[in-house]
Formats: sequence, C-alpha cells, structure tokens
Amino acid sequence: MTTVIEQTVRPARRWRRALGGILDNPALAIGLGILAVIVFAAVFADWISPFDPLRANPLARYKGVFSGWNLLGTDELGRDILSRLIHGTRYALLVAIVPTVIALGIGGLLGMIAGYIGGFVDTVIMRFFDIMFAFPGILLALGISAALGPGLSSMIIAMVVVTVPAFGRIVRGAVLQVKEEVFIEASHALGFRARRIALRHILPNILGPAIVYGTLQTGRNVILSSSLSFLGLGPQPPAPEWGQMLSSGRTALATAAHVATIPGLAIVVLAVAFNLIGDGARDYLDPRFNKQRD
Amino acid sequence: MLVFALRRAFQIVPVIIGVTIATFLLAKIIPGDPADMLLGATASEEAKEALRLSMGLHEPAYVQYLIYVGNLLQGDLGQSFTFAQPVATVILDRLGNTALLAVAAIILAAIVGVAAGTWAALKPGSLRDQSLSVVVLFFNSMPSFWLGLVLIMIFGLHLRLLPVAGMQSVGGGDGVLSLIAHMILPSITLAAWSLATIARMTRSSLLEVINSDYVRTARAKGMRESRVVLRHALPNAMPQIITVIGMQMGFLLSGAVLTETIFSWPGIGLAMYQAISTRDIPLIQGGILILALAFVLINFAVDVLYSYFNPKIKL
Repeated sequence: MTTVIEQTVRPARRWRRALGGILDNPALAIGLGILAVIVFAAVFADWISPFDPLRANPLARYKGVFSGWNLLGTDELGRDILSRLIHGTRYALLVAIVPTVIALGIGGLLGMIAGYIGGFVDTVIMRFFDIMFAFPGILLALGISAALGPGLSSMIIAMVVVTVPAFGRIVRGAVLQVKEEVFIEASHALGFRARRIALRHILPNILGPAIVYGTLQTGRNVILSSSLSFLGLGPQPPAPEWGQMLSSGRTALATAAHVATIPGLAIVVLAVAFNLIGDGARDYLDPRFNKQRD
Repeated sequence: MLVFALRRAFQIVPVIIGVTIATFLLAKIIPGDPADMLLGATASEEAKEALRLSMGLHEPAYVQYLIYVGNLLQGDLGQSFTFAQPVATVILDRLGNTALLAVAAIILAAIVGVAAGTWAALKPGSLRDQSLSVVVLFFNSMPSFWLGLVLIMIFGLHLRLLPVAGMQSVGGGDGVLSLIAHMILPSITLAAWSLATIARMTRSSLLEVINSDYVRTARAKGMRESRVVLRHALPNAMPQIITVIGMQMGFLLSGAVLTETIFSWPGIGLAMYQAISTRDIPLIQGGILILALAFVLINFAVDVLYSYFNPKIKL
C-alpha cells in the first residue's frame, strides 16, 4: 500500500516531507548539521583556513589557544592548528567514507551471492567470514597496514578487509529475509531470470539495513582510522591528519595540552555526527526498531 | 552441556586453522623481499639466505605454510629483531600484564555497565535514561587513546593524584598498592567503550524481558518496581548480558594496543606498537596470532557458559 501512496505524491511534497521527517528527529538533524559543517570545511579548506597548514614557524611554537591570529594556537613546529584541523577534514572524511563504500560494495556482493544462491557457496563464504571475525578488527587492520607499509592506501585496504565480513553478514541476513517474501515468489512464478530478481527485486529491499549499518560503520571507521594513524600507520607527517596530529602533540601534554586534545575533540565530534546519523537513519527507515526501543 | 562444549570445540578447529592461514598471509603480503623485512636492514646476506631456506621461501606457498604451522606447534613464532629475542619469549613475558589490565577493565566495565543499564531501564524515557544514552553515545564515539590523554592531563598532570605511566613507580615498587594506583587510569581508558556497550545492551535486554507475562504478574502482586527488576527481570536478561560481556573481553585484549601505548603499560600491545615503528613483522604477526587465539578461546568459553545459563540453546 505505502509504495502506491508514495508514487502518487508529487516530488516537491515528497522532499518537504523528508525534510520534515529529519527535523522531527533531532538526533538525525544534529548529526547532519555537524556533518554539513565538516563537509563545507573540507570542500572550501583552501579558502577558509587562515594559514598554510604545512608552513612551519620555529619562532611561534606551542602558542596557546586564542593567541593572536592563531585561534587554536600552534603545534610543535609552529604550524597553525586551526588550519591543520580544517585541512584534516579531508583526510577524516576520506578515510571514514571510502573504506565504508568499498567494503559495502564487496561485502554486499558476497552477502547477496551467499544469501541468494545458498548451499555450498553460502557455506564457503560464511566460513570465510567466521575466520575474519576471529580477529578483533583493529588487530588485523594493524597487521595488514604494518605488513603493507604505513600510508593512506594501505590503511584503507586494511580497513576494507576487516569491515567486509560484517557488511556481508548484514546483507546476507537481509537477503534471506526478503527471499521468503511473496513478491519474490511471484517473480519466480512469472519466470523472471535470477539476475533480474536479484537486482530489481531483492536489492532495493535490502538497501535500508545496508545504509543504516554503513552509516554506523562510518562512525566506527572514524575511530579505527584515527587509531591506526595514532599508531603511526596512517598518512605520514607532515600530513594534517587528526590521529597523527594527536600522536605528535602527545609529547607536549604537560606544557601545551591543546596540541593533542583539540584534534582528539575533532575526531569525537565527527564520530558523534556519524553515530547520530546512523541511529537517526535506523529510526527513520525502520520504525519497528524505534518502537522496540521505547 | 558437555556435548555442546565438545561440538563447539570441534567447530573452532577450522577457525583456528583459518587464523593461522591469515597470520601466515600477513608475511606474504609484505612488498619486496621478506628476508629484508624480517631480519631488518642491517642483516648480512648469509643470514638472509639462511632465513629464506628455513622459511622455505624457495618452496611453493603451501609448503611454506606447513613449515610455518610446524614451527608454531613447536612454540617457534620467529625472531623479534626489536627485542633481539624469540617472539614467543617477548609475548610470554608480557601476556600476564596485558591480561591483568584486560581483566581489571572487564570487571569495571561489567559492574558499572550493568548497574548503569539497569538504572536507566528502571525508568525508560526519563531524564536519567536519556542522559545515559548521551553518555553511551560519547563513550562509543571517543577514541580510547584520546580519553587516555585527557585522563592523564586531568588526574596526572593537573591534580597529580595518580601515576600515568608504567606499572610501578621509578626507584623500586611499593607493592600491590602502587600497582593498583598505576592500573586505575589505564583500566578506565580501556573499559570506557565496553562499559558503554554493556550499559546499552543491559538496558535493551532488560526492557525486552520487562514486557513478559511473569513481570506483569510480579507487578500485579504489588511488588516494588526495583524488586521486580532486580529479582525477576535481571536474572532472565542475564544470558544476553553475559554474552556481551564475554565478547567485550576479547575486544579489550585488542584495545590494549592503544591503551598500553598511551600509558606505557608493559604488555603485548606496547611491544607491538614498538614493533610498528621498526617494522618488526614477526613480532606483530605473533602478537596478532596470540591475541586472536585468546579471542577465539574466550568466545568459546562464553558460548559454553551461555548454554549453561540458557539450556534452550542447542547447536
């Protein structure tokens, strides 16, 4: 029924209704608001950051917060922390979103194959996932990044490898559920080919859980990536990457605490934003879950 | 339960084999000549050739894997060049310290988490319930190393209440009290994430059983709400809560890498961090293997416990 009603609503009204839905859900609205600010900073970093994030100034090291034009002070090389923070949004968004999208693609495909074909293929894929789950995520990611050599690309590869199984499981579970629905049975009865059923009928119906889980995973990726960077496995200095900034500022904790704590705060804010969006999206896309929680 | 335990034990064998294949592959994905990597840049050509022969690097991959497993079975995890010791020795020396911290953290996370979750579930939707959600959100969005730094800053550097590094004070330890003082901040740091997760799960599993008939009956008898929750609901929500706590135990072992690094706690995690900067792959490989095996075994133990508490579960 609902799909029929939705199709008759004019696009403009649909947008307005979606916007209303977002505003009714304060968590989602706050999360999206924070993310919008961070995306704005990432896109316009070159214009809005007051200084060059890489320019060192040995005469102005460890300046405190609100000292002159350096609103958030300077770091161990006299670089402007605010400018580094603004440019760091690019790395932060990149290492949170790109691994999620790739892992969703690979895991989703494997999960769909496992769930749709079933039988031996399903067993093989699921046993493979079981083995991956035997590793606590950060450990395996640490091992892969360390073996491949520190850097942005090996960090992303490592994050993809450790997050694929979870996406695979979620999508497989969703496929198994949808497969039992009457409309799938009807498609079989109508003689549609397997590929058409998978792409046109199953895929649209599993997107909801996949998107919700993907958003929550993006929040976890913010923490995972900053942890790997903190351990020295991410983008290398002088890149303005938040985890790396925190790690190098840690030596001056007693005298210039802001150098390490401010990038950490930025990480928390971004992770909170994705978690709020994920929770909000779950309530929005799956009202059943909302009721269960209350 | 014994049958369940045996069946479950049989199931983890392929997982353990898979874990060894994965750690074996870690050394295979190193770009360039593994001998350079494994022995460090300073090693002689003879030593490298000897290593290539002993690892069977001239042999096909499956033979290399069998050699690797054969070595593992004899307790040979390779040689760490950072510590100039066998990897097994480095890990064994530090395993106890890591376990100590993880156990302290899980006890803290379990007690505070279950208490907070129960407290919130007593009045769903109330102010305290909502504030718990906010705290959970922040704890789950906070990298542990950042929390560690903030704690060091507040309690170590400003208030000067607690030691912030190592296990004992410099210049001779003062025994158990000093050890406990050194453990407080690392345990809180390590526990934070799990504490939030346990609190959230306790709350939701409690709210699930609170809608059951026997809880309604207890309420209908006029029993006080706190007694209903503690006597009737909580014991029935326990199996799920125990599962979450057990899973967190495994995560705590791996979270140790970050916490130990921040607090210079002499465990496996700190050794692995030191191995990263020197690219001491055998030590990283060995650390991952041991921690992953511990993770698998803890999950096994949790499953068996779960079946004990909840006889409905069949494999």
